[in-house]
Amino acid sequence: MALRLAAWLTIAITVGIVIALIIPSLEFFAQVSIRDFLFGTRWAPRFADASFGVIPLITATFWTTAIALITAVPLGLGSAVLLSEYAHPRLRQVLKPILEILAGVPTVVYGLFALAFVQGTVLRDWLHLPTGSFSVLAAGLVMGVMIVPTVASLSEDAMSAVPNSMRQGSAALGANRMQTSLRVVFPAALSGIVAAIVLGVSRAVGETMIVAIAAGGQARIVTGALEQGQTMTGFIANAALGDSRVGSIEYNTLFAVGLLLFTITLLINFISIRFVRRFREAY
Amino acid sequence: MSIATDLRLSRSLDTSARSGERSPKAMVFLVLLWVTMFIAMTVLLVLIVTTFIEGAPRLDLRLFTEYPSSTPARAGARPAILGSIWVICTTAVLAIPLGVAAAVQLEEFADKTKRINHLIELNVQNLAAIPSVVYGLLALAMLTLLRVQNKNLVIAGATALSLLILPVIIIATREALRSVPAEIREASLALGATPLQTMWKQTLPSAVPGIATGAILALSRAFGEAAPLLLLGGLVFVSYDPNGLLSGYTTLPIQIFNWTGRPQEEFRVLAAAASILLLVLLLAMNALAIYIRNHYQRRW
Repeated sequence: MALRLAAWLTIAITVGIVIALIIPSLEFFAQVSIRDFLFGTRWAPRFADASFGVIPLITATFWTTAIALITAVPLGLGSAVLLSEYAHPRLRQVLKPILEILAGVPTVVYGLFALAFVQGTVLRDWLHLPTGSFSVLAAGLVMGVMIVPTVASLSEDAMSAVPNSMRQGSAALGANRMQTSLRVVFPAALSGIVAAIVLGVSRAVGETMIVAIAAGGQARIVTGALEQGQTMTGFIANAALGDSRVGSIEYNTLFAVGLLLFTITLLINFISIRFVRRFREAY
Repeated sequence: MSIATDLRLSRSLDTSARSGERSPKAMVFLVLLWVTMFIAMTVLLVLIVTTFIEGAPRLDLRLFTEYPSSTPARAGARPAILGSIWVICTTAVLAIPLGVAAAVQLEEFADKTKRINHLIELNVQNLAAIPSVVYGLLALAMLTLLRVQNKNLVIAGATALSLLILPVIIIATREALRSVPAEIREASLALGATPLQTMWKQTLPSAVPGIATGAILALSRAFGEAAPLLLLGGLVFVSYDPNGLLSGYTTLPIQIFNWTGRPQEEFRVLAAAASILLLVLLLAMNALAIYIRNHYQRRW
C-alpha cells in the first residue's frame, strides 16, 4: 500500500544520508589518513600544502556550543520552572507563544543580529572588548537564545508530567514552593530535563547560519571566547560557496566533515532519546 | 502582572497561608525565575527593534521590484522573494502528502508490537534532530548521482527542504491523529465502514486542524532555512524571475546571507530590510498556525 511506502521512505532517508556521507568520505580517507584527520591541528584544505586536521573546527564548535549552553540552560530552565510551577494558566497562555516565537526566528536573522548588534554594538562599542569583526562569543550567545525555547518547552513538559500528588505531599510536609520545585519536581523530572538540554546541544552543534555569519571564517584553534573561529558547520557552508568539482578532494572534504558532524549529533540524539524513555517509564 | 498577585493566582495550591512562601530565599528564587524569562523576552524585543531600526530606511518598493545589484541603491530582492515562493510551494506539494501518509500508516495501520515499526518510529525522532546542512549534503549527493551539472534548480532545493521537514510533519500529524478519540473510529467501524473508509472519512478530517497547524509551522521553518540551499548552489546572482521547477533560484534567507557578507554598510541595511520582510512573513505564518489551533481544533 502507498501508505506503507511513505513510512518506509523515512528509513530510506536515513540510509540515503549514511550512504551519501560515507561514499565520498571513503574516497577522502583514501587520500588522508583518519589519524591525520581526527588529530591533526592544522585545517587548510584549499592551500597548496593542504592539511586536513579537523581539530581547529572542533575547538570552534566546542566553544560556540559551550557558550550557547551556558546561556540557554539557565534561561530555559528558569523559564520552564516559572511556567510549570508558578504561572497562572492564563499567564502561561500568553508567555509560552511569545517564547515560541524565539524558535521561529530564522537563523540568518539571528546571524545578522549576532554580527551587527551583539558583536559590533554590544561587545565592541559598549563593552570595548578586544575583539575583531567576528567572535565565537557573539555567535554562541545568540545561538543560546535560539535554543532557549527548545530547552524551556521540553523541560516544562517534563515538569508538568510530574504528578500533582507529589507537590501536595511536599506542601503537606511544610515545604514552600521553591523547595518543592527544587527538591521534588526538579529531581522527578530530571531525565526529561537532561533530554531537553541534550537536544539543545545537538541543535547547537548542527546550527549553521549563525556561525557562518558571526563566528568568522578562519580555521584556527580557538583558545578564547573573543577569538574568531570556523566551526564544522561553518566550514561546510563556506566551502559550499566555492566551486568544488565533484570527486575532487575539496568536494570529498565536505562529506568527511559532514560525516563527523552527523556521527556526533547521532550520538547526542540517542543519548537524548534514552533519557526520555527512562523518564516516560517513571509514571 | 506583579509578583504578589501572581503568587496569589498560582495554580493548585493556596500559597498565601503557607509559612515560608515569603521567606527571603523563596522571594529571591522567584525574582530569579522572572529575570530568566525577562531576559529571553528582552532579547527577542531587542532583536526585532534593532532589525527594524536598521532596515527601515530601505524597506521600500525597490526591495520588491528591483533585482540584485552591486550598487546598493539599485539592489532589491525581487527574484529572491519569487524564488522563496516557488521553493516553498514545491516543498509543500512534496512534503505534506508524504508526511501525512507516513503518519497515517504509523499511527492508524502499523502493528505497534512489531520491531520494525518501533524502529521506524525511533528513526523519525532521530531524523527530526539531524542538522539541516546534512540534508543539504544528502541532496548534493543525490544530484551528483543523477549527474546533474547545474545544481541550482527549484526542484532540487525543494527536495532538500522536503526531506528536512518531513519528520516534523510526521510527528505533528501523528499527534493530531492520536488526539482523535478511539470512540469515533469504533463507531465508524461498528456501522460497517472499512478501516480505510474510517481513516479517510472520519479520523483524517477530524485531525485536519492539527495537521494544518503542524504543516504551516514546518513550512515556516523551511521558509527561513538557508543552510541546505547554500550547498545546492543557492547563493547565485539571479537577475531574472524564476519561472518553473527547473529554473535557477535564490531565496530570501540566502539573499540576506549574501548581503550580510558584503563589506559596504548599505548592504547590511538591505539585509536588515529583507530580514524585516522575512520576519513579518514568518510571524504571519506562525500566527495563522496558532489561530487555526485555537479556533478549529475540536475538543473531545
